[in-house]
Amino acid sequence: MSWDRNQMAARAAQELEDGTYVNLGIGIPTLVSNYIPEGVDVTLQSENGMLGMGPFPTEDEIDADLINAGKQTITELDRTSYFDSAESFAMIRGGHIALSILGAMEVSEEGDLANWMIPGKLVKGMGGAMDLVAGVKRVVIIMDHANKAGETKVLKKCTLPLTGIKVVDRIITNLGVFDVVEGGLKVVELAPEITMEEVRAMTEATLVE
Amino acid sequence: MANKVYSGAAEALEGLLFDGMTIAAGGFGLCGIPENLITAIRDSGVKDLTIYSNNAGVDDFGLGVLLQTKQVKKMVSSYVGENAEFMRQYLSGELELEFNPQGTLAERMRAGGAGIPGFYTKTGVGTLIAEGKEEKVFDGERYVLERGIVADLAIVKAWKGDNHGNLVYRKTSRNFNPLAATCGKVTVAEVEEMVEVGSLDPDNIHTPSVYVQRVLKGEHEKRIEKRTIREA
Repeated sequence: MSWDRNQMAARAAQELEDGTYVNLGIGIPTLVSNYIPEGVDVTLQSENGMLGMGPFPTEDEIDADLINAGKQTITELDRTSYFDSAESFAMIRGGHIALSILGAMEVSEEGDLANWMIPGKLVKGMGGAMDLVAGVKRVVIIMDHANKAGETKVLKKCTLPLTGIKVVDRIITNLGVFDVVEGGLKVVELAPEITMEEVRAMTEATLVE
Repeated sequence: MANKVYSGAAEALEGLLFDGMTIAAGGFGLCGIPENLITAIRDSGVKDLTIYSNNAGVDDFGLGVLLQTKQVKKMVSSYVGENAEFMRQYLSGELELEFNPQGTLAERMRAGGAGIPGFYTKTGVGTLIAEGKEEKVFDGERYVLERGIVADLAIVKAWKGDNHGNLVYRKTSRNFNPLAATCGKVTVAEVEEMVEVGSLDPDNIHTPSVYVQRVLKGEHEKRIEKRTIREA
């Protein structure tokens, strides 16, 4: 049984360390905040200018001036601070954020990441992703192992324009958890009932022991 | 004391607009955008604009309205995923687009406003956005040279402003506004509330008045892009 989106997010939440500052990307990474383990206290950074992001608001709490980086309405906490975008990226680029969890279109065995455009087709932009992968101490990717056409997204070399080179530390897919190490990707963990044969069949990147 | 207060957005932009100009705009998504000034720019008919803004609004709101009227020649942005018209114009070659990583765009505005013509960053090294840019190695790590931005005009939106031009922003609507405010040759601010000089706490002013040449009180829709709620 491969993991679904929520199970991947729950697995990624185990990466969170008590007392740290963390940035969660748009999409599946946002779900990670639903699974923060008991006893772990993390402060979430939102790159549009907020430290200490709270849960989504109730209908009564909605505030147009208070959104996250995915443009969703959000709430503040007692610890919250607000700041401008240059300050926000000073934190990110300056190495003050411990961990970023991001989505991806492709990852390579060397830790290269592509997640911002498909030439001629999809032009969304990198947002803060290039700054995050360049500056945050540890980068964890959550993504499906294969794209909708069934082709692997875990490659020897990325084919799409890069977000960063040699920036990914760990990949969590629906099939398992993989670390970027010397010579390729090391299998850290497999999803329940997933075999190494299945992983090999769905992975182009070099898998190392 | 110089009077910086104008009666409306069109009045505040009087004499400042010309075809082919560059404009730096505050806002993130639809949060903290200078709605009134964008509408006045649309109504002026000025064209061939180069706009520095993190996003490009949505099809019918924010900077998206200037795309509908084809007044924009080039956008410099980090993320334009919410705007279908933008995508259409770009893919058909009608609109120029320069992607800047979000932190690089913010720092370019900050640097330009602070008299710093360029800075080195590790953001984007080895990617498309570093192509053609000078690189330098510091302490064994590669960095790329990015330029500061000075725009012909900056348009920003604040929560409160006084008639001297001091500005205070609210929550995450601050975003790019203080940075854009510093990098305009002329900066025009629209505020939700205009207050008397002396009523803002001097210790808590986000944009000091020196950066702001004109200020007006606007009417703000403050549209929410993604209304996400939890059960009470």
